[in-house]
Amino acid sequence: MAIQTAPDQDQWTRPSIWTRWGPKARWGLIDILVIAYAIIPVLWIVSLSFKTPSTLSDKSFIPNEWTWDNYINIFKTTDFIQALINSIGIALIATLIAVVLGTMAAYAIARLDFPGKRILVGVSLMIAMFPQVSLVSPLFDMERSLGLFDTWPGLILPYITFALPLAIYTLSAFFREIPWELEKAAKMDGATPGQAFRKVIAPLAAPGVFTTAILVFIFCWNDFLFAISLTSTNESRTVPAALQFFTGASYFEDPTGTTSAAAVIITIPIIIFVLFFQRRIVAGLTSGAVKG
Amino acid sequence: MSETGELLTQNAVGAEAAVRKAGGKRELSEGKKAERKLGLWLCAPAALVMLAVTGWPIIYSIWLSLQRYDLRFPDQQAFVGLENYVTVLGSPYWWQAFGITMMLTVVSVAIELVLGMTLALIMHRTLVGRGLVRTVALIPYGIVTVVAAFSWRYAWQSETGYLADLFAGQTDPLVNFWSSMGIITLAEVWKTTPFMALLLMAGLALVPDDLLKAAQMDGASAWQRFVKVMLPVMKPAILVALLFRTLDAFRIFDNIFVLTQGSQGRSSVSIQAYNNLIKGLNLGIGSTMSVLIFITVAIIAFIFVKLFGTAAPGSDEEGRR
Repeated sequence: MAIQTAPDQDQWTRPSIWTRWGPKARWGLIDILVIAYAIIPVLWIVSLSFKTPSTLSDKSFIPNEWTWDNYINIFKTTDFIQALINSIGIALIATLIAVVLGTMAAYAIARLDFPGKRILVGVSLMIAMFPQVSLVSPLFDMERSLGLFDTWPGLILPYITFALPLAIYTLSAFFREIPWELEKAAKMDGATPGQAFRKVIAPLAAPGVFTTAILVFIFCWNDFLFAISLTSTNESRTVPAALQFFTGASYFEDPTGTTSAAAVIITIPIIIFVLFFQRRIVAGLTSGAVKG
Repeated sequence: MSETGELLTQNAVGAEAAVRKAGGKRELSEGKKAERKLGLWLCAPAALVMLAVTGWPIIYSIWLSLQRYDLRFPDQQAFVGLENYVTVLGSPYWWQAFGITMMLTVVSVAIELVLGMTLALIMHRTLVGRGLVRTVALIPYGIVTVVAAFSWRYAWQSETGYLADLFAGQTDPLVNFWSSMGIITLAEVWKTTPFMALLLMAGLALVPDDLLKAAQMDGASAWQRFVKVMLPVMKPAILVALLFRTLDAFRIFDNIFVLTQGSQGRSSVSIQAYNNLIKGLNLGIGSTMSVLIFITVAIIAFIFVKLFGTAAPGSDEEGRR
C-alpha cells in the first residue's frame, strides 16, 4: 500500500508546484501590501518617538539620530505615570466587572428560560449602537452632583455600560457552542442549576470569557470621548485624554516626541494581545455577528 | 417541558404573564421555577447597571434639553420648552456639522465596504501567511484611535510629516478643507476596515465550497461567482457589518478632535455637542444636540431594519437560542 501511494502523491505535487508557484508569489505580494497597510502608521509613530528634537522635523521615515530621551522624559513626569496608572486601573476594573456581569447574563440568555429575556437582548443591542456623546451631557451633570466627576468610578461606570452589550453578545455566542449535555448530566446527578453553572459550565466557558475580556479591555483602553469629557485633572485622566495636554520636557518645547513616545507605550498592550491571541480575537469578533 | 419553554420565549411578554398567572394550574415544576429565578438573578446586575447608566441619563438629558441651563449663569436656569431645539435646528453650524458627519459616514463606510471585502477575501483565501495577515490586520482594529490619529496628524503636518509634501505648493494639508476631510476619512477607513473585513470574513466562511466549484464547472467567471454565489449568501453578514459601521461612523469624534480640533467648519455633530457642553458649559444646548444625535441614530437603525428586515442583528440573536 505504502509503495503504491508514494508515486501517487508525487503525481499530485509535481504539477501543483508549477501551477502554485505563480499564485503563491502573487499572494505573497498581496500579503506584503496588507502588512504595509497595517503597520506603516504604527512604524511612523515609533520612528517619531525615537527622533532627537533636532531631527524631529526632518520628515524622514527612519530616524537619522536615535534617542531614548523621549521615553526617559515621559517617565520623569508624574503626569504621564499617573495617566498610565489611571488607564490600566480603570480599564482592568471595568473589564473585570463587565465580564463578570456579562458572563452571568449571557449564560442566562443562552441557556435559561425566563421572562424579559428578549427585552434584555434588545436593550443591550440598542446600547451597543447608542451614540456615546448623547450620554456625555447628562452624565457630566449627574456625576458633578454625585461627586463622581473626575474620579475612577466616574469613568468605570460608563465603560461597564458600553462594554456589557459587547460582553453579553460575544459570550452568548460562545456559550451556544458549549456541549450542554454535560450540564444535563450534572443536573441528573443532583446538581442545582447554580451548581451546574459554577462547577461544569464555567470551566468550559473560560476560553470564551477570556476572549471577551480582551475585547472589553481593548474597548475601555481605547475610549477617548468619556475620558476627555468626564475628567478635568490628572486624578483620573487616562492616557488617550492626557495626550492632548502633553508638553515637551519644558512647556515651550514641541511635544511631538514625547506624545509619540506615550502613544507607543499605550500601543504595546494592544500589540501583545494581537500577537498572542489573534485567533481568539478573530473568533470573538466574528462569532456573535454572523452565526448569531 | 422544553416545548413550554420554547413557547414562553416565542410569545410576547403579555402572553407570558397570562401563562404565568395560569401557572398555578400548569404547575411549573420546581426545576423550571428555579431556572426562571436563576435567569432573572443572573441578568439583574447587568440590566441594573445598563439602566442606571444609560436609561436614566437618557431621560435626564431629554429633561435637560428642555431647560435653559448654562453653567456660567446657573441662576438663569428655567424651563423653556422647545426653545433649545429651535436654536439648534436654526443654527447653520449644526447643519454644517450634520452635513459633514453624514458625508464622512457615507464616504468612509462605502470605501470600507469595498476595501473590507477585498481584505476579507485576502484573509480567507491567501495561500501563504494566513495567520500573519490576520494578525497584522488586527493592529488597526486594536490600536487606540487617538494614537492612530496622532500618527496621521504628524504624518501630514507640514513641519514634521513624511506625507506632507505630497501636496507640494499647497497650504498645509490639515488646514485646507478638502484635504483635511480626506485625511479624516483616511484615518477612519484605515482604523475600521479590518473590523469590517472580519465581519465579512465570517460571512465568507458560510459560502459552501461545493457551490463555488459547481458554479466554476458551469463556466461562471470569478466575478460572476462573486456576485451570483458569494454575495447572496453573505448578505446578512454584509448588512450587519454596514449597520454596525454606519452607526459607529456617525458618532465620529476622536479622529476629528485630534486631526483638526473641529476647527473651521470641520466638526462632526459629536464634536459640536462636546464643544457646547464642555467648552461652552451650556448643558441645555449640549443636551439638545445629544437628543438630536440619538434620534438620528435611531432613524438610521430603523431604516436599516425596515429595509433589510431579517438581517438586523436583533432578529439574528433571537432567531436561535
